[in-house]
Amino acid sequence: MNDTAQIFDQGEYNFAYLDEQTKRMIRRAILKGIAIPGYQVPFASREMPMPYGWGTGGVQVTASILGKDDCLKMIDQGSDDTTNAVSIRGFFEKTAGVRTTYETSEATVIQTRHRIPEKGLREDQVLVFQVPIPEPLRFLEPRETETRKMHALEDYGLMHVKLYEDIAKNGHIATTYAYPVKVNDRYVMDPSPTPKFDNPKIDQMPALQLYGAGREKRIYAIPPYTKVKSLDFDDYPFEVQKFDKPCGLCGAENVYLDEVILDDQGGRMYVCSDSDHCEERRANGHLGPMAADPAATHFAGGASEETVQ
Amino acid sequence: MNVFQPEAPLLQVHNVTRYYGDRIGCLDVSFDLWPGEVLAIVGESGSGKTTLLNCLSTRLAPTAGAIEYRMRDGAMRNLYQLTEAERRLLMRTDWGFVHQNAADGLRMNVSAGANVGERLMAVGDRHYGNIRSTADDWLGRVEIESDRIDDDPRSFSGGMRQRLQIARNLVTRPRLVFMDEPTGGLDVSVQARLLDLLRRLVADLGLSVVIVTHDLAVARLLSHRIMVMRHGNVIEAGLTDQVLDDPREPYTQLLVSSILQV
Amino acid sequence: MAVRLYLNSVGKTFTMHLQGGTVIPVVEKVEFSVDAGECVVLGGPSGAGKSSILKMIYGNYRCDQGQILVTVGDEIVNVAGAKPRDILKLRSDTIGYVSQFLRTIPRVSAEDVVAEPLIAQGSSEEEGRDKARTLLARLNVPERLWTLPPATFSGGEQQRVNIARGFIAHYPILLLDEPTASLDAANRAVVVRLVEEKKAQGVAMVGILHDQDVRQEIADRIIDVTSFSSEVAA
Repeated sequence: MNDTAQIFDQGEYNFAYLDEQTKRMIRRAILKGIAIPGYQVPFASREMPMPYGWGTGGVQVTASILGKDDCLKMIDQGSDDTTNAVSIRGFFEKTAGVRTTYETSEATVIQTRHRIPEKGLREDQVLVFQVPIPEPLRFLEPRETETRKMHALEDYGLMHVKLYEDIAKNGHIATTYAYPVKVNDRYVMDPSPTPKFDNPKIDQMPALQLYGAGREKRIYAIPPYTKVKSLDFDDYPFEVQKFDKPCGLCGAENVYLDEVILDDQGGRMYVCSDSDHCEERRANGHLGPMAADPAATHFAGGASEETVQ
Repeated sequence: MNVFQPEAPLLQVHNVTRYYGDRIGCLDVSFDLWPGEVLAIVGESGSGKTTLLNCLSTRLAPTAGAIEYRMRDGAMRNLYQLTEAERRLLMRTDWGFVHQNAADGLRMNVSAGANVGERLMAVGDRHYGNIRSTADDWLGRVEIESDRIDDDPRSFSGGMRQRLQIARNLVTRPRLVFMDEPTGGLDVSVQARLLDLLRRLVADLGLSVVIVTHDLAVARLLSHRIMVMRHGNVIEAGLTDQVLDDPREPYTQLLVSSILQV
Repeated sequence: MAVRLYLNSVGKTFTMHLQGGTVIPVVEKVEFSVDAGECVVLGGPSGAGKSSILKMIYGNYRCDQGQILVTVGDEIVNVAGAKPRDILKLRSDTIGYVSQFLRTIPRVSAEDVVAEPLIAQGSSEEEGRDKARTLLARLNVPERLWTLPPATFSGGEQQRVNIARGFIAHYPILLLDEPTASLDAANRAVVVRLVEEKKAQGVAMVGILHDQDVRQEIADRIIDVTSFSSEVAA
């Protein structure tokens, strides 16, 4: 038992910060969201002890579904050890005292900002997304009354106007994140701000996906094994970005890579955005072209820390 | 006398009345509009012509009366008994609405091509190449150069915006177009070009049009029939040249005699 | 010969509301008929109501009293009580009007202005344009003008364009409102020949013609409109 877990035991907070009535209210919204895949369910978002934009929606969803036996993984831009992930992991360690992990396969609840783990998720896992702007039509139609009506009437022509503009201006669909999808042939949904590289993972995913937007007070969900199609044109089909190099550290191909600037002489490398995936591959003996480079070593990081309750 | 035209009217308006509280917007207006017919509603500001236009185009529910429209399947439907989904489909396929201020009818932050293509995408067209070539074709028909297809309407002149708005409306080949002072606020020379363009498009496409204008010259050039409104009432109606050349009502005579002769 | 047009006790007054409701009687009890292939010329001084009669037949002026009966195929249609769209149909298929003045339409070429009524009756654009060129040539409109919009033409040229437009299509009834006013002798002769051709095709015509020579040549009958003038008329 670590020192943060003690705070939980001292009775300062209800389990996972939120009171039980609030959790019930959020669970109801979640259930409704699961029942109507892709539909944005309004909920009474609470003030959380962190600023909007830091994942207040995701945190409330996680807090509502977390049980004492759960093992939580936090991802920020694919990484477990960046600010947002560290803060929220710390938050739940303090307020819920649950076990946390860096390892995708070990986690039962994964809260993420942006990325979906490279490793396939299972039926017994739940993926919680932090969403800044849930309304895919917002930038085209500023009126909430109108966008709600458009969803109700499946009036989605406007969504293609945006993609049309992309092709007209860039020669291809240049939207790379928050790429709109149609869920279960019905609701158009914004998987914001996930890179479109991860859109195919959303489709037919065995794990339950929950999306929480705290400031906008919306929750939506994709139940396991749901059809999720990225919008496109017949002559400009949806495609994900391709990287011409493998990961510099672990040599993985067909994964989402981050560009890392190594020095101010133009040195750079591309490494897995999913740090856990990269580490696991390296542990299994996979090495990338840059793995031996001393400049790269400190990005490789040490072994994952784990807290065990 | 139906020996000439056995076909049925497109729009039937029965006793349409709209009150704003106690005040009359328009009172007890009835008429039929036939396929290919252009009807001008004229009158001064506040005469109720825009209220009537909004009632006809389902933008403003009338207090009393009924409006029936012949759908593409031939069935006559009461417009105010359509579901919202049916109404929207009608408005973006079979109807057009040309606003006086083009910014009200355009998306100012997307390109001209997307403005024209939007209706196509809304009815399920999913082929970029086809959408773009159709948009290009329509820009040509309203005399906008092909190389402006990717420009925002913000960079267009008033006359070009208005022509773009017309293309955006006509791309789905509507059968009925409502126009609210389409040439208002434009320079005289720009007006003349727009009017000529409208006249040709209306004739070529066989459009039915209800056009609201205070400009009798516009009514004379474009319309077959005219309704003169005052204080919410239709005070005189008939063949456009008959009403303008042989006006009966005192108010119509006043309107006609007020035209500046150039 | 078949009666194409019959005016039965037609009367017309104008009420000038802007001048205290003054009622100006124009004509009353106008009664005449026109047979197919006949040209009837309305005679009488200015202000006798000749033009008003022509405009009532065309539906441009309302007819207050009586009937204006027009034969359309097997039907007889009363212009005086016809609905607007029926009058429009009559104007496109049955009654043509040749006036002195051309209402110019911006940006439409002279040959298209002339061809329009024929195309409206169902002819191809090619046929319409061919016939338009023939007529413009006959009326001595210089060929270099054919593809230009007539708005900038001289008065005489505009008038000839309008005559060509009036004569191009086939109307069983043709109304001639001073078609030869201010034309030179050569063009007057062309108009006379055009009228003769229409007569040969069985067209019934009603005309106002001040030119004595032309009237002499084409009129089968002259009706003195002063006999219909209301007594109070000036």
